[in-house]
Amino acid sequence: MAVDATSPFFDWVFYILQNYWPLFLRGATVTLIISLTGTIVGFALGILIGVVRTIPVDQNSHFIKKLGLKVVNFLLLCYIEIFRGTPMMVQAMVIFYGAAMVYNIHLSPLYAGIFIVSINTGAYMAEIVRGGIISIDKGQFEAAHSIGMTHAQTMLNIVLPQAIRNILPALSNEFVINIKDTSVLNVISVTELFFMSKSAAGNNFRYFEVFLVTCVIYFIMTFTVTRILRYFEVRLEGPSAYTIHGSQTVPEAEIKIMGREKK
Amino acid sequence: MEKIIEIRHLKKFFGENEVLTDINFSVSKGEVVCIIGSSGSGKSTLLRCLNLLEMPTSGDILFRGENILEHNMTNSVYRAKLGMVFQQFNLFNNLTVIDNCVVGQVKVLKRDRDSAKKKAMEYLELVGMSQFINAKPHQISGGQKQRVAIARALSMEPEALLFDEPTSALDPEMVGEVLKVMKHLAKSGLTMLVVTHEMSFARDVANRVVFMDSGVIVEDNTPEVIFNNPSNERTRIFLKRILDN
Ligand SMILES: Nc1ncnc2c1ncn2[C@@H]1O[C@H](COP(=O)(O)OP(=O)(O)O)[C@@H](O)[C@H]1O
Ligand SMILES: [Mg+2]
Repeated sequence: MAVDATSPFFDWVFYILQNYWPLFLRGATVTLIISLTGTIVGFALGILIGVVRTIPVDQNSHFIKKLGLKVVNFLLLCYIEIFRGTPMMVQAMVIFYGAAMVYNIHLSPLYAGIFIVSINTGAYMAEIVRGGIISIDKGQFEAAHSIGMTHAQTMLNIVLPQAIRNILPALSNEFVINIKDTSVLNVISVTELFFMSKSAAGNNFRYFEVFLVTCVIYFIMTFTVTRILRYFEVRLEGPSAYTIHGSQTVPEAEIKIMGREKK
Repeated sequence: MEKIIEIRHLKKFFGENEVLTDINFSVSKGEVVCIIGSSGSGKSTLLRCLNLLEMPTSGDILFRGENILEHNMTNSVYRAKLGMVFQQFNLFNNLTVIDNCVVGQVKVLKRDRDSAKKKAMEYLELVGMSQFINAKPHQISGGQKQRVAIARALSMEPEALLFDEPTSALDPEMVGEVLKVMKHLAKSGLTMLVVTHEMSFARDVANRVVFMDSGVIVEDNTPEVIFNNPSNERTRIFLKRILDN
């Protein structure tokens, strides 16, 4: 089908779909790969940091342990604050070009993208995991300690399984945010959906039509992912009910667990 | 008789607040000791100091003559030798009834899973919970939870079992089933230290009753003496108030 500048709107949409679908598909695939990998790695990072940041110290702890933890906690807090307090787009520029200039490491844009989304997600998840751990009833720790379990054993076998189950909704929320936010990675030429759309639009000077299609594709991705994850969350849901205030800006408010143990 | 736990000059401060003042006291093998006293008198703190859930500010805790606070034993090795049953049950919410009783045996005592399961079944049977081994804590009643908590503690085969108001969080109709298990344990010779408001349990089951008030042990004697002929005025007032209700 031939189109020109005077063709009607739907002709253009049709033309674009027909000629650029492989481009959209590749872009959407890259978007999903980066956001999924980034969410999983970020989650693992968040668990690690959340666990470290909740290691207890008391007056009997060795002073090297106390000092070491203080230093580590301070560094982790810096990481969390910096990555939550700056735009991911800027982080992408600094890391991508910084790695090339300062360390002479030339990352492929795809790996750079995964790296950036991972550490960005890690910064958010670290606080969510910490909140999840803190919100577990103190009695669970005490019961575990009273049968002789160490802090590490308690964390691994008792507390983390419960905390992780409680924060799953926040995790899927983070995944959806990542699907949308990977679009900023176009600034370092990651061939994700937004970048692909831009080139398709630029080729034809049809920004509205192309980005309307892009918009629909993003929505289909986030909507499907939300439904799938919601399905699993409901199946995992036990006695507790969740209220989720999913917002990256107030992660402290992200999980509120209601209707816990009947007293 | 052989002393299992002995406390000497134990003090505990929370900040400026002196919660335990110079506690001296011991529990011998096979003894059942009940601690009574009004709320806030420091009963829980004493129990929690005993298994180091709280660190004493000063004083000594001797376990079979060995000073615990001198760090010859790590906290976890020592704690495994003293079981604890909490007012709020504190069953592990992510684990089934049987796994609640298995996890400590496997992780702490390094028993293999099969023998740990067998041991757990033994004690779950003892507390009458063997039909519920695959239930999760949220699926059973308070009385059942507390019985599982007792089985969990027993599965570690501790030298003594500490109870902190084990029936206070229960609906009245469930108190009996838990007390029955505890009476059975007392008869079987288990060493028990029980903080309780169940005066009939203290009177009928205990070998000794300890009355605490404002962080001190006011009186430590046989149940006959404490309930019929207490020597201290404070004990008298407390018992009158409790028994009148
Ligand atoms: N973790 C704590 N921090 C500060 N004060 C505490 C703590 N635990 C208990 N207390 C105080 O110690 C006193 C004794 O408490 P507790 O041992 O729980 O008494 P009981 O078990 O006899 O009711 C109370 O005044 C209580 O407020
Ligand atoms: Mg108490």
